[in-house]
Amino acid sequence: MAARVSIARAARSLASSAAPPRQLRSSGLLCCGNGAAWQRSAMRAAALEKTSLRQELRRGFAASATAREKKYTEDHEWIELEASGKIGTLGITTYASSALGDVVFIELPELGLEVNAGDAIGAVESVKSASDILTPVGGTIVEANGALEDKPANVNRDPEGEAWIARIEVRDAKELDGLMGKEEYEKFTSE
Amino acid sequence: MASQRTARAVSPAANCFRLAPCRTYAQLARPAWARAARSSRPASSPLATCDAKPARITSVQNNSNYHKVVLRQSSSSATGEDEPPLKTPLFDLHAEYGAKFVPFGGYTMPVQYSDLSVSESHKWTREKASLFDVSHMVQHTFTGPTAPAFLQSITPSALSTLPPGSSTLSVLLHPTGCIVDDTVITHLPPSTAFPEPTFYTVTNAGTRAKDLAYLSSHLDVWNTERADGDSEQVIHTVARERGLLALQGPLAAEILSEAGLLTGEQGSEKLDLNTLYFSSCTLARMPLSGKGEGVTGALFVSRAGYTGEDGFELSIPADELAAVARRLLALGGEDRLRLAGLGARDSLRLEAGMCLYGHDIDDSTSPAEAGLAWVVAKERRFGGKEEGGFLGAERVLEEVKPKKEGGKGVSRRRIGLIVEGAPAREGAKIVGEGGEEVGVVTSGCPSPSTGKNIAMGYVKDGLQKSGTELGVLVRGKKRKAVVTKMPFVETKYYRKA
Repeated sequence: MAARVSIARAARSLASSAAPPRQLRSSGLLCCGNGAAWQRSAMRAAALEKTSLRQELRRGFAASATAREKKYTEDHEWIELEASGKIGTLGITTYASSALGDVVFIELPELGLEVNAGDAIGAVESVKSASDILTPVGGTIVEANGALEDKPANVNRDPEGEAWIARIEVRDAKELDGLMGKEEYEKFTSE
Repeated sequence: MASQRTARAVSPAANCFRLAPCRTYAQLARPAWARAARSSRPASSPLATCDAKPARITSVQNNSNYHKVVLRQSSSSATGEDEPPLKTPLFDLHAEYGAKFVPFGGYTMPVQYSDLSVSESHKWTREKASLFDVSHMVQHTFTGPTAPAFLQSITPSALSTLPPGSSTLSVLLHPTGCIVDDTVITHLPPSTAFPEPTFYTVTNAGTRAKDLAYLSSHLDVWNTERADGDSEQVIHTVARERGLLALQGPLAAEILSEAGLLTGEQGSEKLDLNTLYFSSCTLARMPLSGKGEGVTGALFVSRAGYTGEDGFELSIPADELAAVARRLLALGGEDRLRLAGLGARDSLRLEAGMCLYGHDIDDSTSPAEAGLAWVVAKERRFGGKEEGGFLGAERVLEEVKPKKEGGKGVSRRRIGLIVEGAPAREGAKIVGEGGEEVGVVTSGCPSPSTGKNIAMGYVKDGLQKSGTELGVLVRGKKRKAVVTKMPFVETKYYRKA
């Protein structure tokens, strides 16, 4: 139930009293419209079960060789480590950006923000929905893609390239091990 | 139901206009047990078409701030929570046009189509024309000489003076003065189909079970007070065999004129849309081809909508809904007319400052709080010709009475906001200068037409003045929010000059 805990944590660290946890949970990347919390919750519940199973299976397998591979989360974020293995670039996936529709606003994280895996570091908003961007790993935000503030629509054009969201100094690269590879993510989104 | 009398004889010529209660698409899409349950009731009972296991109002709680009605469902409801969602007769057409579906009000409804994004579709509606399938909404008729009096007992509208062919926005009221649902009430124009006064209303899909239970309980009392077979009784029919299309946008009238609607008792006169003004309604038939082969049954053509644009709502026999939709799409052509879904509908109505039931108004909101004092007709107010005499009148009338005349006012008010930075969504707290909570956002989105973040919500009385600077908390950060007069975008209704 790691993901659920981190959502609660996200609710504490980011939302303070502004938004009840229920809302944060329902404002995920694939939520449509005000009344569609159901969709997100159902997806997340399904994803949660898979996550814990996958993490169980992988524990104990060192993955340093594959750590630099682009990784994906069930929440439809991606992360890619630089050669040093210290800094990761993250963003939202093409699948998520097309499900969201036209992105009209991006909230970027502040530099120096210390986060844990699963924390909300910002948000992507389309006309119909607001979605939190959850960091797949813990660490410190070292850069945010300021260009998106003027051109949020870039997230629809090139979400896995030019429209990256933030760079994070990764606390523990092992946290990437629990994430999906490209093929696995493609399978996940086609299910 | 014992007192519900059987349907009155309708002249044969009127058959084309008749609202037959059986043989409906929605009925066919229901599970077998639901159909069985219905057929065990007398088919002529006005509520025979009411598929809900009625929600019963079990208690009405009062506290100092608001009134809340607690509803208990006797078992599964018709709002679709635990039943498979229904499909409108246009489901296949939606799928053909690449609809993305979402469950809404017990139905599977298109939220957008593959050709346009939500904001593109929104802008298209403001610049050209869009066709919305709103068949999930509940259409009713109330027939009989006392129909206006019955409706006046549950709404603050003046219906005995509403001219035939006219509509009014209204609200169904709880005894507490709070809103059961918002609705448009139309006095259908006289015809052989409706020889007696008939009022056509449209209510929300999401409140279907609650509304039908509410109407049935009040109608039961009304009709019980009038003897069986007495012509003073009111016949209520849920027109489930009718679908509803909304044709909206500046090109809507041009496209609908090209359809060459026919009117008159013989269906031989051409309908002149130039004389059909906003908030009026007429009966017409639509030729389904340019050659005049195939003409639809009776459509209720209302100049109305939920977008702030000029446009029409067309109530159409369900088995002709797809043919009418295809005819309009063909006439309009993709340069003028596109299908639009619930996504654009929501942002369009928000720009137009209109409430969405369950979000901006609900069972705890009174008309004055909701900024809907204007639905309380002059005739029904203190000193009016038909003062009071409706559910909740005591509270509603006190609240709409001007304060300078001793009216007690309200403690909160619905307002519009323009928010800087991040868009504020439903549930976001509205705060004052010192960060103290003064209200809550009930709807909000980035406005495709203005490029600003618009929202509506409730604030404490006294803070409703346009220009008042407040804050809204979005993801824990306070964003500047300015109280702004609604609509956010100028409405373009077709009114008499």
